[in-house]
Amino acid sequence: MVVLEAQNVLKSFGGVNALRGVDVSVQEEHITALIGPNGSGKTTLFNIISGVLPMDSGEILFMGNEVSSLPPHKRATLGIARTFQNLQIFHDMTVMENVMMGGFRLTTSGFIAGGFYSPKVRKEMMTLRKDALDLLESLDLVQYANQKAGDLPFGIQRKVEIARALALKPKLLLLDEPAAGLTTKETLSLAHFIQSLKGRNITVFLVEHDMDLVMGISDWIIVLNFGQKIYEGTPLAVKRERSVIKAYLGDRRAKS
Amino acid sequence: MKRDYLLLTFATVVVLLLPFVLPGDYFVEVFLFMGINVLVALGLSMLMGYAGQISLGHAGFCGLGAYISGALTAQAHWPVLPAAISALIATALIAAIVGWPTLRLKGHYLAMATLGMGIILYVLFDQFKPLTGGASGLSGIQSLHLGDFYLDTPKRYYYLVWILVIMSFWVCINLVRSRTGLALRALHSSEVAASTLGVNVALCKLKVFVFSCVLTALGGILYAHYITFISPETFSFMYSIKLVVMIVLGGMYSLWGALLGGAFLSLLPELLHKLEDMEVIIHGLILLLTLIFLPRGLVGLFQSIGDRIRGGS
Repeated sequence: MVVLEAQNVLKSFGGVNALRGVDVSVQEEHITALIGPNGSGKTTLFNIISGVLPMDSGEILFMGNEVSSLPPHKRATLGIARTFQNLQIFHDMTVMENVMMGGFRLTTSGFIAGGFYSPKVRKEMMTLRKDALDLLESLDLVQYANQKAGDLPFGIQRKVEIARALALKPKLLLLDEPAAGLTTKETLSLAHFIQSLKGRNITVFLVEHDMDLVMGISDWIIVLNFGQKIYEGTPLAVKRERSVIKAYLGDRRAKS
Repeated sequence: MKRDYLLLTFATVVVLLLPFVLPGDYFVEVFLFMGINVLVALGLSMLMGYAGQISLGHAGFCGLGAYISGALTAQAHWPVLPAAISALIATALIAAIVGWPTLRLKGHYLAMATLGMGIILYVLFDQFKPLTGGASGLSGIQSLHLGDFYLDTPKRYYYLVWILVIMSFWVCINLVRSRTGLALRALHSSEVAASTLGVNVALCKLKVFVFSCVLTALGGILYAHYITFISPETFSFMYSIKLVVMIVLGGMYSLWGALLGGAFLSLLPELLHKLEDMEVIIHGLILLLTLIFLPRGLVGLFQSIGDRIRGGS
C-alpha cells in the first residue's frame, strides 16, 4: 500500500525553482530514502509534505486522502511526524516534557479542563508520562529524563527529537538528516534503530547524506537533483546508475 | 509541581493571617492594591512567560474591564455582579477579536501592535465622554455588595481580592502542568515544531491571550468597584510598562514571578514616597539591572540561594 504520494509538486522561492514537478511515492513499512546534492530540494519537499511550507501547485496524498490544503497540526493529527535538519527541540523543557509533548495529538482535554486539572486531564497526563518513559527506555535516554533538553550534547538532542516524533505514534515518520553531526558509532546504532521501526508498523521516509547509512537500510531510494527526480530504485540500482553518479560527482567521472 | 501547590497553600495562610498583623487599615489597603497588581501581572505572566508573547498594552485591557463594569453600574445602574460578569465576557470577546490578527505577528511587531492597542483603548477612555466621563474620570461607580453585605471596608475587600488571586493562581498552576501548558511552553521554544506535533499554534496563542486579558480585566474590575472612581490616567501606557517590569523583575519563567514582582513594585512607592516623580526612572533602572544581573528575576535568585543552602548542608 502507498502511504504517501506527492504528485507534480512545484515550489519556487522568488526566481529559484526549488521543486519542478516532483512525483514521489512511499510504500507502507518500507524505508525510503531521499538523496541528492545540496540544494536539490530535499528539505523543501519534506517541509511541503509536513505542511510547514505551502507549495505552489501539486498534490499530497496521505493514506489515499488529499492533505494538500491541511495545516501542519492537522497533518500531525493524521499521523505524520517529522524531525528537523537543524534541530527544533524545546530547549527550556526537560527531555521528559519534550517527549510527552510528542503525544499531544493523542490527548484531547481542553483549556478549561486544564485550568481545573480535571480527572480526565490527570489521566491523560499520566498516560503521556508513561508512554514517554517507555520511549526513553527504548532509546536509552532515561538518565536524561529530567535534564533540560537544551543543555544536552548534540547527539542526545537528535535522539530526543526522534523520540518526540515517535511519541506521536506516527504512521509516517519523516527524518531530515538524522545522522548529521553524529559519530560513526552513533550512526550505526541509529541505523539499527531505524530498521527496528519497520516491525512497529511505521513507514520511514528519510533525507540523508551519509551514503553508508542510506545504502545499508533503505528499501527504495529516490534521487533529486535541481528540483527534479532524476532516478529511483533499489540501493543496488542507484549505485550503478550513471545519472546519479553524474549528479554527485560530475560529468567526467561518469564517463570514465 | 507538587511544590507549587505547597507554596500556594503557604501563601494562602500568610494572606489570611496578614490583616491581623498589619498595624492599620492603611496597610491593609496597600496589600489590597498589591493583590490587584498581582492579579493583573499573573495574567501577563501566562502570556509572556509561558507562551512567549509580549504585550505592551495590558493596561488597556485592565481599563476595559474597569470601564465596562464601572459604566454599567454608574451610568446604566446595573447591579455590580452582572455588570462585572458582563465586563469579563465583553473583554474576552474584544480580546479575541483584536488578538486574532495581532497574534500572527512576532517579536517587535507584536510588541508594537499591542502598544498601539493599549493607546487606542486609552484614547477611548479619554475621549468617549458620554460613557467614560472623559479625562475628568468616571465617578459614581457602585461598590461591591452581596445583598446587604457591603464589601466596603479595606479588610473585607482585601479578603475578596486575595481569595480571587489565590483561586486564579490555582487555575494557572493547573493550566501550566496540563497539556495546554506543555503546548504553550513548546510554542514558546519553536512554533514550527509545536505545529508538527499537532498544536494549532494560532488558536492556542489566542486562547491564552484571551485568558490573560480576562485575568487582567478582573483586576481592573476589582479596582473600579473599590475606588468607585476611575480615570484614564490609571490605565495609561505607564501602567503597561510597570506590569512588564513586575514580570521581568519577579522572573518571567515562573508564575511566582508575578507574585514577587507585583508585591515588590506595589510596596516600592510606599518606601520611596518622596521620589514619586522619579517613578519612571526607577522602573527603568529596575528593568535594566534585572536584565543584566538577574535574568531569571527574583524567583531565580531565591532558587539559587535555595540550591546553595542545600548544597552547603
